[in-house]
Amino acid sequence: MQYIDDFRNARIAKQLAKKITTTVIQNRKYQIMEFCGGHTHALHRYGLLKLLPPQIEMIHGPGCPVCVLAIARIDQAIALSQQPDIIFCSYGDMLRVPGTKQQSLLQAKANGADVRMVYSIDDALQLARKNQQKKIIFFAIGFETTTPPTAVAIKIAAKENLKNFSVFCNHVLTPAAMRAILHTSSEEKPVVVNGFIGPAHVSTVIGYQAYADIARDFQKPIVISGFEPLDLLQSIYQLIELINAANPIVKNQFTRAVTATGNQLAQSYITEVFSLLDQFEWRGLGLIPYSALKIRPEFSSFDAEKLFPLHIEPSEEHRACICGSILRGSAKPFDCKLFATVCTPENPLGACMVSSEGACAAYYTYDRLAYVKQIKTTKA
Amino acid sequence: MSNKLKPRKLDLKSGRINLTHGSGGKAMTDLIQQLFLPAFNNPLLMQQHDSTCVPYSNRNIVVATDSYVVSPLFFPGGNIGDLAVNGTINDLAMSGAMPLYLTVSFILEEGFALSVLNVIVKSMATAAKKANIQIISGDTKVVEKNKGDGVYITTTGIGSKTINFDIHSSRIKIGDRIIISGSIGEHGIAVLSQRENLQLDSKLQSDTIALHSLVQSMLMLGPELHCLRDPTRGGVAAVLNEIAQSAEVGVLIDEVTLPIQDNVRSACEIFGLDPLHVANEGKLIAFCSEAAANDLLSIMQQHPFGQKAAIIGEVIADPYCFVQLKTSFGGERIIDWISGEQLPRIC
Repeated sequence: MQYIDDFRNARIAKQLAKKITTTVIQNRKYQIMEFCGGHTHALHRYGLLKLLPPQIEMIHGPGCPVCVLAIARIDQAIALSQQPDIIFCSYGDMLRVPGTKQQSLLQAKANGADVRMVYSIDDALQLARKNQQKKIIFFAIGFETTTPPTAVAIKIAAKENLKNFSVFCNHVLTPAAMRAILHTSSEEKPVVVNGFIGPAHVSTVIGYQAYADIARDFQKPIVISGFEPLDLLQSIYQLIELINAANPIVKNQFTRAVTATGNQLAQSYITEVFSLLDQFEWRGLGLIPYSALKIRPEFSSFDAEKLFPLHIEPSEEHRACICGSILRGSAKPFDCKLFATVCTPENPLGACMVSSEGACAAYYTYDRLAYVKQIKTTKA
Repeated sequence: MSNKLKPRKLDLKSGRINLTHGSGGKAMTDLIQQLFLPAFNNPLLMQQHDSTCVPYSNRNIVVATDSYVVSPLFFPGGNIGDLAVNGTINDLAMSGAMPLYLTVSFILEEGFALSVLNVIVKSMATAAKKANIQIISGDTKVVEKNKGDGVYITTTGIGSKTINFDIHSSRIKIGDRIIISGSIGEHGIAVLSQRENLQLDSKLQSDTIALHSLVQSMLMLGPELHCLRDPTRGGVAAVLNEIAQSAEVGVLIDEVTLPIQDNVRSACEIFGLDPLHVANEGKLIAFCSEAAANDLLSIMQQHPFGQKAAIIGEVIADPYCFVQLKTSFGGERIIDWISGEQLPRIC
């Protein structure tokens, strides 16, 4: 714990904040997107936003795998869980994400579906070995961080000839989403981003060079940052310097874990088991070409979508939910009428309120008091 | 909007029980408030304490009941049997009562090994003996295979109360100090470490103990002791939120003063848990007047179960009833109830 505490030192944080304040140019604005929900939560949990000068606006990105999953995929997951003889395995966060008409996997479970919360895909493999008469489906979600374990699990299942194990694949790609955000900037409410705080864990797998094209093509500097408060402050400082110098390169602050080319063994597993999908629907960002992975034909016997082809009714988002705009960076949680009134972590109407990486959950958990006081002042 | 529970209307027509209804959070409160309390409505129940004081002739009899469904049945530092005895004793003790008797009810699953049941029952006998109470009545039912989970245990405790002041959240005042009897999160992490595939190689033990002897020594403080609670399901966060709401006050906790063992902190970091949400089975939280806080702290620290006791915060005025944490990083944040299930079936 000594190791982590060093990255949470309040005294050094204040020094870094001071350096940031003296580095920003007085009469300009810095719009910085932290891509990952993990970063959003750290900013709020440690109150870092209060340490930053007013010139800096942090915009929350779509880096929350639970949040970006389109509602149709949630509906499909619920439908899969209700097929006969299925044990449907999911990470805990996914259980409460509302689908069409506020249905969720947790409700499907209460209605009789065998839905299990697992901590890793290994648990699902273990269930498959122990329950030969059942069919085990693993709800695979996540960016490049969680993809290699899914690839390995499929390889293990193939090697062991496990006939009752399959994967509902929803693995998505970070660089594609970053590109999509910069492209959508031309839409009605443009999201201006001057630079990115880049993903920590994703980058351990894909390496920081994976973002070099984006930085160059869109002329936006990117700093890959660790998740601890001092990591973030140092990264913001480095990003401000790059923005000031108009130097659109990728810089790596998270040197203790991220290399230029990443984890090549993990990458080789990904390419062996998965190939690019032509396009994939993201919540908030719409259809993005080449932004997600599908299971290769040689492993199709482990592809839940091939094994259980289902017709799903058209999906419907809650009308007043603005998760989509929040994920694009064009709105903040406090802008939502449902925030903390109808939509709470106990009764989430949108995915951003559910996930431990969702922006609404971060605001709700850490900034609700400020929100209450703000409402009180406005009313007074 | 405040931190006060805005009850979500239960759908008594087509709604169904899900796991959050048992996790000690808001969903469970909704179930109790909207289904159980209206049906059983009476002044004693409406005290809404973990145990209830029954006036009977000139003595005060205290009754509490609790069910145990922990999975796995055995965990480092104890098993479901120890929990079933200590947990109900603690519910009695939190009202200042001296526990005297327990009744026990077993729901057993067809096929459950007698050797395992024997170990569990012997643990209960040992725990009862240690606590100087007697198990005086019981019941046994068996359900078909796959209709239970080995064994579920319900215990009901009877105690007597000799003090002439109330230990209740209604006595909490602004400025009260909040004292915890020791380090937090050990039971939850010990159970978690035994769950399938977590491979948490921790030497951590559950803290399950009966707290009534500690409470008896704390009662020496007299009426300056205002309220006692044991932070089981939902952890310290849930208890503080419940108290803040029922006493209509705010609570401010200082993170630096929270006693947490390093292995609990490490496990919480790995699994992304907040130690304040993790269950305890051998800790209590006391509320007392500011003037008496140091006296109470030293009474607690002299008892073997309170050696690591610490003052962790105070009761403040707050119309919104929030529980706030002054972080070691220098900010303040809300400590919320846990939503959903962080660790199901921990007690």
